[in-house]
Amino acid sequence: MKSLHAQNKPLASPENQLEWLAKGSFADGTWPSFSQRLSKMNHWPLKARPLEIFQVNLGYMCNQVCRHCHVDAGPDRQEIMTRETMQLCLDAIAHSGAHTLDLTGGAPEMNPDFRWFVEEAARIGVRDFIVRCNLTIIVANKKYHDLPSFFAQHRIHVVSSLPYYDIEKTDRQRGEGVFKKSIEALKMLNAVGYGMPGSDLHLDLVYNPSGAFLPNNQMGMEADFKQALSRDFGIQFNQLFSITNMPISRYLEYLIASDNYEDYMDLLVQSFNPAAVEHVMCRNMISVGWDGMLYDCDFNQMLELKPAVSAKHISEFQSKAWNERDIVVASHCYGCTAGAGSSCQGTTTHAE
Amino acid sequence: MEQSYYDPKDLKKFGNIGEWDKALADKFFAWYGDVFAEGALTAREKAIIALAVSHTVQCPYCIDAYTADCLQKGVSNEGMMEAIHVAAAIRGGSSLVHGVQMMNKVQKLSM
Repeated sequence: MKSLHAQNKPLASPENQLEWLAKGSFADGTWPSFSQRLSKMNHWPLKARPLEIFQVNLGYMCNQVCRHCHVDAGPDRQEIMTRETMQLCLDAIAHSGAHTLDLTGGAPEMNPDFRWFVEEAARIGVRDFIVRCNLTIIVANKKYHDLPSFFAQHRIHVVSSLPYYDIEKTDRQRGEGVFKKSIEALKMLNAVGYGMPGSDLHLDLVYNPSGAFLPNNQMGMEADFKQALSRDFGIQFNQLFSITNMPISRYLEYLIASDNYEDYMDLLVQSFNPAAVEHVMCRNMISVGWDGMLYDCDFNQMLELKPAVSAKHISEFQSKAWNERDIVVASHCYGCTAGAGSSCQGTTTHAE
Repeated sequence: MEQSYYDPKDLKKFGNIGEWDKALADKFFAWYGDVFAEGALTAREKAIIALAVSHTVQCPYCIDAYTADCLQKGVSNEGMMEAIHVAAAIRGGSSLVHGVQMMNKVQKLSM
């Protein structure tokens, strides 16, 4: 399977995605736009809060081609952050006020300067690291086999996608053989202490639905995952994050191709939860693209929605302006406010 | 005249039944909500029961709604199919068990 980009599919273009997301029931007024919905609850414009999470996308290259991927990542993507841009990120982090460096991709570990970046960030005082690890990268090649030890050495918080605790749903979403490799990688992470009782090495899993429906109660799913993974494979982990699939990129294409687009968007709009707005992730984060461009979140990055600040590139980053900006929103934002809410850290409300 | 008795879009209009009798509709929807809340049975167990009953009463709206609900609640495909077999077994069994009544009648009427 190739990325939408490699296939020259129309939905590889952010403009075409935004066009899809603006038409139909949004265009004829059946559904309120996200900004209209926020206005109704006096939350428009959506204001940022002081920066806490500095999320850097190290590149769109990935060893997997997941059907729901909002990045359209895959082995054929060549966009990779250079060491020079990483240095600009380090310069910005130092005076940003952010306490957490969150590394994502693609598979961030495939960036040849991934380890250099982590080591340099640690050297300038970053203590809280998150790596969004797809698990299979650990067993994809011998050169990645020591990643669990590297993660442990820097006390990196590992957050990994595992859409379900059985082979069928996982492989259908993430590719054939992914479940088996993920289990192997989880055992390697457990072996160095990740997710083990009493260990301070955190291993969290991410559940996202394998289809056109919303995720369930996060705590209930976590109990199911823990029971099944422990019983079947002896695997331990800390928390499960439930994440809603965003109607962009490959997941948007799936929704349209399977004739689920209207119903799914209706579900997101009807499930709008005002309480989830309070803690949407864009309010206390920055998303830096592989080329150093700045965005409100990883989803806005993929849609190339530029932030409402004059500094558009990491080389021009200004902490004060960033913390006071209005956040750019569009229809896809309903994905973060549906039901119990959704963010990179799972649900955003406790009213589950 | 509609070409079909059932339109999937009508499920979203369920709440409209209140337009012609709000008091009764309000009571029904409030009760319905309470029925499906977490209780001695989990919301997931109730969704599985609802899926099975949906097939028993053969309601297309209910089948759509509770298939989606079961998926969201993490019920496996095998679990959903087993629930439907339970419904089908009770339906089939309820016909067959009346065979005893037939046998009783035959015995009564026969020499």
